[in-house]
Formats: sequence, C-alpha cells, structure tokens
Amino acid sequence: MKIVAICGAGIGSSGILKVNAERVLQRLGLSATVVAADIASVARVAADAQVILTSAEFVEAIGETRADVVVIENYFDTDELSRKLEAAIG
Amino acid sequence: MTLPPLADRAIVLRARAADWREALRIAGDALVDSGCTTHDYTEAMIRMVDDHGPYIVIAPGLALAHARPGADVRADGLSVVTLAAPVEFGHAHNDPVRVVIGLAGVAPDAHLASVAALANAFNDSAAISAVADAPTRDAVRAILEGSGRA
Repeated sequence: MKIVAICGAGIGSSGILKVNAERVLQRLGLSATVVAADIASVARVAADAQVILTSAEFVEAIGETRADVVVIENYFDTDELSRKLEAAIG
Repeated sequence: MTLPPLADRAIVLRARAADWREALRIAGDALVDSGCTTHDYTEAMIRMVDDHGPYIVIAPGLALAHARPGADVRADGLSVVTLAAPVEFGHAHNDPVRVVIGLAGVAPDAHLASVAALANAFNDSAAISAVADAPTRDAVRAILEGSGRA
C-alpha cells in the first residue's frame, strides 16, 4: 500500500504528515510506504497510491484521483490521523 | 532524534507582527540572520501562502513556514518566532497563530530528521502553547529538544 502526503513544497508540512503517518501505521499494525511530495508532482507520485493525505487547501488542485483524499486539520494530532487513516484503509 | 541546538539569532520571542506576511518575514529574517538562507527564501515562503493558501498553519496556533530547497538555502536550519499578539492567517481551523517555525533545507530529504524531531516535540498537544508562552530562548530550546516544559 502507498500513501502520499502532499504540501506546496514537498518538504516541511508533508514531512510532518509522513513522519506521523508512519508512527500511526506502526501503532495500528499496518504496513504501507509513505511518500512526501509537492502538489506539482501529485499526478505522477500518487498514480499508484491508495491514500493522499493533505490540507483542505490542496483538495481542488489534486483533482481527479483514484486515491482516497484525506484532509488533516491538525498535523500533530496522531489520534485524528489514526482515525482518518483507519477509516480510509479499513 | 533531537534537534541541533538553536542559535540565539534563530529564536525571536514576543515579536510584533501586524499580519501573516510580517510574521513570516520575521521567521525568514531569523533564518537569514543565522546564516541558513537569503532574503529570497523569505519571499519564497510568503509566495507559498499566496499561491496555495494558509495550509502552513498545520496545527492550532502554529505555522510551519517553508519553501522549496534551492539556491536561496545555504544550510539546513530552523527558526522559532513567538508572537506578542496572535495573528490571523485565514485558516479555517487553526487560527490564530502564536508560533511561527521557519524551516529551510538544502535538499528535499536532508532535514527530514529535523522534521521528525519537530513532530516529536509538537505531538505533545501542550507544546505549542508552552512555546508561545516561553519566557526565554532556553525555555524554547528545552521544549523543542523534548527535555520538558522548562
């Protein structure tokens, strides 16, 4: 399974999402590859992804995709991330 | 995973910013003053918000200002700015901002360790307000390095 974290630059905020998503997946006992990428490369990087993690600001720019687009409000709230990831994957 | 100690010039306490642009400029200036970036990087951080909106407000009260790695970045680094008065960034859930972190990386993966250390510190839900209220630079360092609330 592949999860892509998207932000404007592909570093920083998507990096936080990547780190915390990996922590949550480990806690849930799930295995997946988590990649951080910038919005400009979303079509390529997320072509084979099941889940895209991002902020509300990027949903429109992500556009048509087969992946579940999951909007995270508080990037440091691993409970929110856990709940939303479980709902998307489970 | 711990953060390298932040230089004095990378920490600005109780800064006054009239709006989000000024808040980002203070965080950018602190990166410039600590030898990490040029002023062009500061402008690029502001442009990210002009282009994509206030998504850098990634948690209640905290903005993670950053732009792409590139020629305007001389060294990996962080800056921390606490605001004397909270500033609205226009975020639907996480306004107003009390703490701005400036982040600069030479290469895309170079500072993932810093990002992981930031996550370590701020996954504690009390950490943002603890930084916002920190009376000294050492108190900020203690929180970011995970050695307590100080």
